[in-house]
Amino acid sequence: MAEQHPVGFQWVIEAKERGATVMHVDPRYTRTSAMADLHVPLRAGSDIAFLGAVINHILENGREFREYVRTYTNARMIVKQEFRDTEELDGLFSGWQPGDGTYEPGSWGLEGGDPPAEDWELEHPRCVFQILKRHYARYTPELVERVCGVPPASFLQIAETLCRNSGRERTSAICYAVGWTHHTTGVQIIRAAAIIQLLLGNIGRPGGGILALRGHANIQGSTDIPTLYDMLPGYIPMPHPECGDDLDCFVGQSGPNAGVWGSLKSYTVSLLKAWWGDAATKENGFCIGHLPRIDGDHSHYAMTQRMIDGLTKGFIVMGQNPAVGSANGAMQRKALAKLDWLVVRDTNEIETAAFWYDTPQTETGEHRPEDIGTEVFFLPAAAHTEKAGTFTNTQRLLQWRHQAVEPPQDARSELWFTYHLMRRIRDKLADSGEERDRPIRDLTWDYPVHGPHDEPDGEAVLREINGRRADGEFVTKSQELAPDGSTTCGSWIHAGIYADGVNQSARRKPASEQNWVAAEWGWAWPGNRRILYNRASADPEGRPWSERKRYVWWSEEKQAWQSLGDEIDFPPGKAPDHVPGDDDTTGMEALRGDAPFILHPDGLGWLYVPSGLADGPLPTHYEPHESPFANSVYAQDRSPTRETFHTADNPYNPSGGEAGAGTFPFVLTTYRLTEHHTAGGMSRSVPHLAELQPELFCEVSPQLAAERGLEHGGWATIATARAAIEARVLVTERIQPLHVAGRTAHQIGLPYHFGRRGLVTGDSANDLLPIVLDLNTHINEFKAATCDIRPGRRPRGPALLAYVEEYRRRAGVSS
Amino acid sequence: MTFTVRTYGPDQKPRQGFFTDTSICIGCKACEVACKEWNQVPVQIGGFTGKSYDNTEALGANTWRHVAFIEQRKEMTFADGLVEHAALEQLAAQTGLQTYQEGDGLRWLMASDVCKHCTHAACLDVCPTGALFRTEFDTVVVQDDICNGCGYCVPACPFGVLDQRKDDGRVWKCTLCYDRLKDDMQPACAQACPTDSIQFGELDDLRDRAEQRLAQLTDAGAEKAQLYLADEDDGVGGAHAFFLLLDEPEVYGLPPDPVDVTRNLRTTWSSAAVAAVGLGVGLAVAVFGGRR
Amino acid sequence: MSPANAAAGTRADAGASYYGQPIIKSPVWTAEIPAYFFFGGLAGASAGLAYLSGEGPLARRAWATALAGIAVSAPLLIADLGVPTRFLHMLRMVKVTSPMSVGTWILTGFGAATTGAAAHALTGRLPRTGAACRPAAALLGLPLSTYTGALLAQTSVPVWHEARRHLPVVFAAGAALSAGAAATALTSPEHAAAARRLTMMGAVAELASVHVMERRLGELGEPYRGGQAATFKRLADGLVAAGAVTVAASGRRSRPAAIAGASAVLAGAACERYSIFRAGFQSAADPKYVVGPQRARIAAGKSRGASRKAADTSS
Repeated sequence: MAEQHPVGFQWVIEAKERGATVMHVDPRYTRTSAMADLHVPLRAGSDIAFLGAVINHILENGREFREYVRTYTNARMIVKQEFRDTEELDGLFSGWQPGDGTYEPGSWGLEGGDPPAEDWELEHPRCVFQILKRHYARYTPELVERVCGVPPASFLQIAETLCRNSGRERTSAICYAVGWTHHTTGVQIIRAAAIIQLLLGNIGRPGGGILALRGHANIQGSTDIPTLYDMLPGYIPMPHPECGDDLDCFVGQSGPNAGVWGSLKSYTVSLLKAWWGDAATKENGFCIGHLPRIDGDHSHYAMTQRMIDGLTKGFIVMGQNPAVGSANGAMQRKALAKLDWLVVRDTNEIETAAFWYDTPQTETGEHRPEDIGTEVFFLPAAAHTEKAGTFTNTQRLLQWRHQAVEPPQDARSELWFTYHLMRRIRDKLADSGEERDRPIRDLTWDYPVHGPHDEPDGEAVLREINGRRADGEFVTKSQELAPDGSTTCGSWIHAGIYADGVNQSARRKPASEQNWVAAEWGWAWPGNRRILYNRASADPEGRPWSERKRYVWWSEEKQAWQSLGDEIDFPPGKAPDHVPGDDDTTGMEALRGDAPFILHPDGLGWLYVPSGLADGPLPTHYEPHESPFANSVYAQDRSPTRETFHTADNPYNPSGGEAGAGTFPFVLTTYRLTEHHTAGGMSRSVPHLAELQPELFCEVSPQLAAERGLEHGGWATIATARAAIEARVLVTERIQPLHVAGRTAHQIGLPYHFGRRGLVTGDSANDLLPIVLDLNTHINEFKAATCDIRPGRRPRGPALLAYVEEYRRRAGVSS
Repeated sequence: MTFTVRTYGPDQKPRQGFFTDTSICIGCKACEVACKEWNQVPVQIGGFTGKSYDNTEALGANTWRHVAFIEQRKEMTFADGLVEHAALEQLAAQTGLQTYQEGDGLRWLMASDVCKHCTHAACLDVCPTGALFRTEFDTVVVQDDICNGCGYCVPACPFGVLDQRKDDGRVWKCTLCYDRLKDDMQPACAQACPTDSIQFGELDDLRDRAEQRLAQLTDAGAEKAQLYLADEDDGVGGAHAFFLLLDEPEVYGLPPDPVDVTRNLRTTWSSAAVAAVGLGVGLAVAVFGGRR
Repeated sequence: MSPANAAAGTRADAGASYYGQPIIKSPVWTAEIPAYFFFGGLAGASAGLAYLSGEGPLARRAWATALAGIAVSAPLLIADLGVPTRFLHMLRMVKVTSPMSVGTWILTGFGAATTGAAAHALTGRLPRTGAACRPAAALLGLPLSTYTGALLAQTSVPVWHEARRHLPVVFAAGAALSAGAAATALTSPEHAAAARRLTMMGAVAELASVHVMERRLGELGEPYRGGQAATFKRLADGLVAAGAVTVAASGRRSRPAAIAGASAVLAGAACERYSIFRAGFQSAADPKYVVGPQRARIAAGKSRGASRKAADTSS
C-alpha cells in the first residue's frame, strides 16, 4: 500500500500512531513492510491456504463473533442435500462438468423454502457454518507451513492478533491489492478475506471492513461507469440476446427481486431515459432494444485472440498500453499487427502506438514494419491537469478535479474525443432511415461545450449521471428513481452526487471543520455512504456493539436510525425488529430489520455463496496455473474453471508434477514501484520520475544469487516459455527463500513498468507471462508464474528466438 | 564563534525549518520530485546503482532532497524456539505485537536528506562573494546571480550538501523554498510528503514535537532512535533542518559529530599569522645573516 | 558491487557508512589552484626578498619574479572560477571568516604594490611610487604566502582541517624555498648568496614542516602514504633535497649547477603543493576519515553532541 497508495498510506501510519497494529503478508518485504509491525513472507499464489487457515483458526477456537455471525450472515442457512464439498470430491465441488470445463451450480443452492430452512444454533450438519468448518478443517498451521512456506509461529501471530482485535470493542481491517486480484483464484482469495471479516464481525463497522486498493487512480471510476464490456453504469449487467427487446425479461434475468437490487427496473429505466430521452417510451421498453447485446466473451484477452484470428479489425486504445500492461506481450503485439486500423490516444507515443516499428518482435525480426498492414492513428491526449472531471478513489470516494490549464496544441481530453466522435457520427447519419442507426440517432447527445476547443462540460455529464425527477429537480437519492420513465439517471449508484444543484464531489470542507466521518469532503457512492453496510455496526436490537465503536443506532424515540455523520446504509425508518409481511416479497420491503447486507436478496452477508460465482461457493486452495509445486491439499491441482488459451502463441510452462516443470523451477511474481505508474507511459516519459528508477531490475535472495551465480548490480536473463528478458540484479534479503513442501522455493520479483519507449527503457516483465484467467472476471494471473534465471544479458536479434526455443524444447513445450 | 549579524530588524521572521521524522518515511520520493519540479532543478538520469532503491545517491547541485535506503539485518535476540512463546506472551499483555525491529531481523531505513541550514553555516562563513546569505527566516540561500563558482563552500560543508553544477559553473542547493516562504507557503517537499515525515514550521515547535516523538519511539523499543542536529550547542549550533534517526548518523551517510570549521578559525588565522611572521624573519635571516 | 544490504553494519563502531560513499564533497578545484599556491607563494616571498635586498641585481630579479608570479596568479584564479566573468564579485565584501575573501584583498593589494615596486625597480622611474609600494608589497607578500594554508584548513576535508596548524607553515616554507630558488637561478652566483641561503633554509623548513604535519595527522595522514598524494610528496621531497644540496654544494661556483639545483627545488615545491592538493581529494573520498575522528571524539566524551538518544542525559 505504501508503494502504490503513498498518500492513502499516511492514514495507516496515523492509525499506527494511535496504537493500531499493522501486519503485512507479501512474498516480498516492501516499503509497506518497513512500516509494519510484522511482515510475513509467503509463496505467491498460496493465499487461500493462508486465509483458509485463519478461518479454521477462528472456527476451531470458537473465536467468531457469534451474535454477529448468527444474525447478519448466512451461517445459519441450510444447504441442499445434493451439495458436495471439496473434502468429499478431493478438490471439486458437486456439479462439475468436465466436458464444459464449468460447474452446473444447482446443487450449491440453499434448501430454501418458506420460511427458509435455517438453524440459529448453527449446529445442523448442512448449515453453512458447519459446512464452512468441514471445508477448512485441514487448513492447519502445518498446512500453511507446507504450502505457503510460513512458519506456524508467524501464522499464529497473524491469526491470533486478528482474533483478539475483533469483537465488540475492537475491529480489524484488511487491505489488499492486485496481489490478490491477479490470480486464477483471485475472486476466491478475496472471498476468503470476506469470510474472515464476516466471522469476526468486522464488516460495516468503523475500523473494519475490506479495502480493495485498486490499480490506478481512477480505475474505480472506470468500473463504476464502466469501460467494461459486460457492464452498464452502476454494475447493471449488459443485456444478452435472449430477452430481445423485453425490458421485464431483462430485469427478471439480471437481478434478484429483493434488497437494493429489487429496484433494478427503476435504475435501468432511468438510465435508458437519460440516454434516449423522449425516444424512450413505455411502449418501446424505454429503448432497451437500443442497447448492444453480449454475444460472447469480449474481455481483453478474448478480444486479443479475435484480433489474431482476424475477427476484430479495429481497436481504439485510450489511456491503456496493452503492449506492456497486458500479459504475453508478444501475443498482444501480434494482435495489433493483424488489425486493419488502430487508434491510440495518449500523452506520448507509448509502446502500443509504436508497436509497428519498435518492439521485441521488430528486434528479433519476427515483425517487419513493411509487412504490417495496420493503419495507426496516434492522437495526442490531454494530461490530467488539462481537463476537468472526477477521480473515484479506491474507497468509492469521488473528488472533482478542476482544469488547471488548457491542453497544448491538438491534445484533447477523452470527453472531448468521445463526445465529438459521436457527434460527427450522428451528423453523418442524420438522414439515415435505417433501423440499425436509430440507437445512435435517438441519443440525447446534447452536452454543452465551452472554451477554445469546444470542450464538453463535464459537470453537465455529472448532472446527467445524477439524474432528475419528473419535476425537473435533481435526484437526491436512488430511492427516488422510478420504473415508469418519470426519472432520468445516468448511474443509479451516483444518484445524489448533484443533489440540490451542487457538485457534491467538489466539496472540500476541511477535516478541522467536521468529525472523522468527513462526510462533506467529496462524495462517496452510493448516496454518500462512507461505510457500507453500516447497519451492522449496531446489534440486532439496534444498539451499538460498544460505545467505543458506536456508528449508527436506532432511536426508539424518533423511530429512526441515527448516525455519527454518515448516511445510514439502511431504510431510515425500518425498525431493528421489523419482519416483512407475507406480501412484502420484493425490493427493500422483503428484508428484515436485522439484515444489513441490503445488496443481497436475503440481506445477509454470504459466508457461502450459493450462486453467482463460477468456481465454487467456498474458496479452495488451488495452485497457480504455473507453479513449481503440485497441490498437496487436493487431487485437483489447479482451479478447474480457470480460462486457458491453448494456442501456439500462448505456450504454458509445465507445472507442478508435469514433465519438464524443472526447466522453470522458480516462482515469478510481478510488482510495482512507487516511482513508476503502471505500464510506464506516464512515468518513464517524465524526467523527474524516470531518473528515480531508470532501469528494470529483478529482486532475488542472496541464496538464489549464489545458486545461479547472479552478481549484485550485474545482469540476469529471465525466461519462460513465452519470452526471455534481461534485468539488472538486486540481491536483497528482502526476498527470502521459503521452505515449501519439503524443499526450497525461490521467488523472483520483477517490476512491470518498463518498455522500449520513453526516457528510460527496459524489457517488459509481462512479456514473460502467459494468458490464463479467473473465469469470474477474465483477469489474468500476473502475480504467480514460473521462470528460470541465468546470469548475463539476453541474446539479441534472431538469437533471442533461438534462446527461447531452446527453453521450450527442454521443457517439452511445443511452439 | 559566530559572525552572524542580525540585520533584518522588523523584517526578521521566526526561525523556521524542517523536522524530518525518518521513522515514518515510506521512501516514496515525492519530496525529491516536488523539489525538482518547483525549483526547476535539472534532471540527472544516472543508472541503476544497486544501492537498494536509491538511484539518486547523494545531495548535490541537481539533487536538493535525497532519499536514502538502508536494508539491515539485525541479529535475532533469542533462539527461534522462543519466538512463538514471546510473541504470544506479548499478545497476552496487549493486542500489540512485538515490533519487527527486534523480533524478525529485517529492517529498511528510509530517510529524506536535505541541506541542514546550519545555525553556524560553514558554507556561508567561507563564501567570499556574499552569494550565500542568511535570510529573514534564518535559512541559508545561494544567490545565483552573485555566485561566481569559486567552489569554496563545496568542501567547507561538513555534510557534503553543496556542489557545483558542471555546465553552469555555479553552486546550487536547497533554498528551503525561500520564494514559497515569502508567500506564507510551505516548502514544496513538506507539502508533498504524504506521511508528514517532513514537517515544516517554527523551529521551537518542531523541536518540542521531536522530543515527544523521540520519547515515544524510545518507549516503544527503538533503542537507537536519536535526534540529530536538534540541539543549539552542537557543532553547527543546531540545524534548521534536523532529523529523527533510527540508527547512527553514519549509517545514513551523515557525519556523527559535524562541526562548522569556523569554530577553529582563530587557530587557523593564528597559525597563518605566525607563519607569515616566521617567513619575514626567515627572509631577514637569509638576507642579512650571511657574511657580506 | 556488494549486495543491497551492504549499506551499513548494524553497529556504528564497525565502521558503518552509506554504501561506502563519501560524506563530504570533494573540492571542485582543478590544477590551477595548486599552481596558484606555487606562484602566489613565489611572488609573495620574492617581494620580501627583493625589498630586504635593497638595490642590485638580486633585488631586481626578485621584483621581476614577484611581478611575474602575481601576473600569472590572477589569471589562474579567474580561470578556476565556475563563472570567470564574475571574478569581481570577490570584491563585494571583506569576510574574515573566509580565507578566500581575505586572501582576495591581500592579493589585490599585493598586486598593486608589486606592480608599483617592480615598475620602479626595473625601469628606474616612479621613485615615490616605488618607495611606497616596496614595503607594502613586502609586507603583504607575507600573508599572501600563508593565507593559502588557511584557505585549505578552513574546509571540512579532514587531511586539511586537522592540519590547520601546519599548513600555513608548510606554505610559508614553500614560499621561501621557491623565492630563494627562483632568485638563485636568475641571479649570477656572486650576487645570489642570500638567495642560496634562503633556498637552503626554505628546503629544511619545508621538509621538516611537511614531515611534522604528516606525523601529527596520524591516521588522517594516510593519503600522504598512498595514492597520488604520496607519489607527488616523494617526488617533492626528492627534488627539494637534491636541488637544495646541489645549490648548497655547487651553487656558488657554478651557474649551471645553481640553475639545475634551483630548477629541481622549484619543481619540488610545485610537486609539494600538488601533493597537498591531491591529499584533500583522497581524504574527502573515504568516509572513514570523516567518521573515524568524530566517533573517537564521541567515545572520548569530547563531542558537541550532534546526536542525542533519549537515554543521553547531556542536553
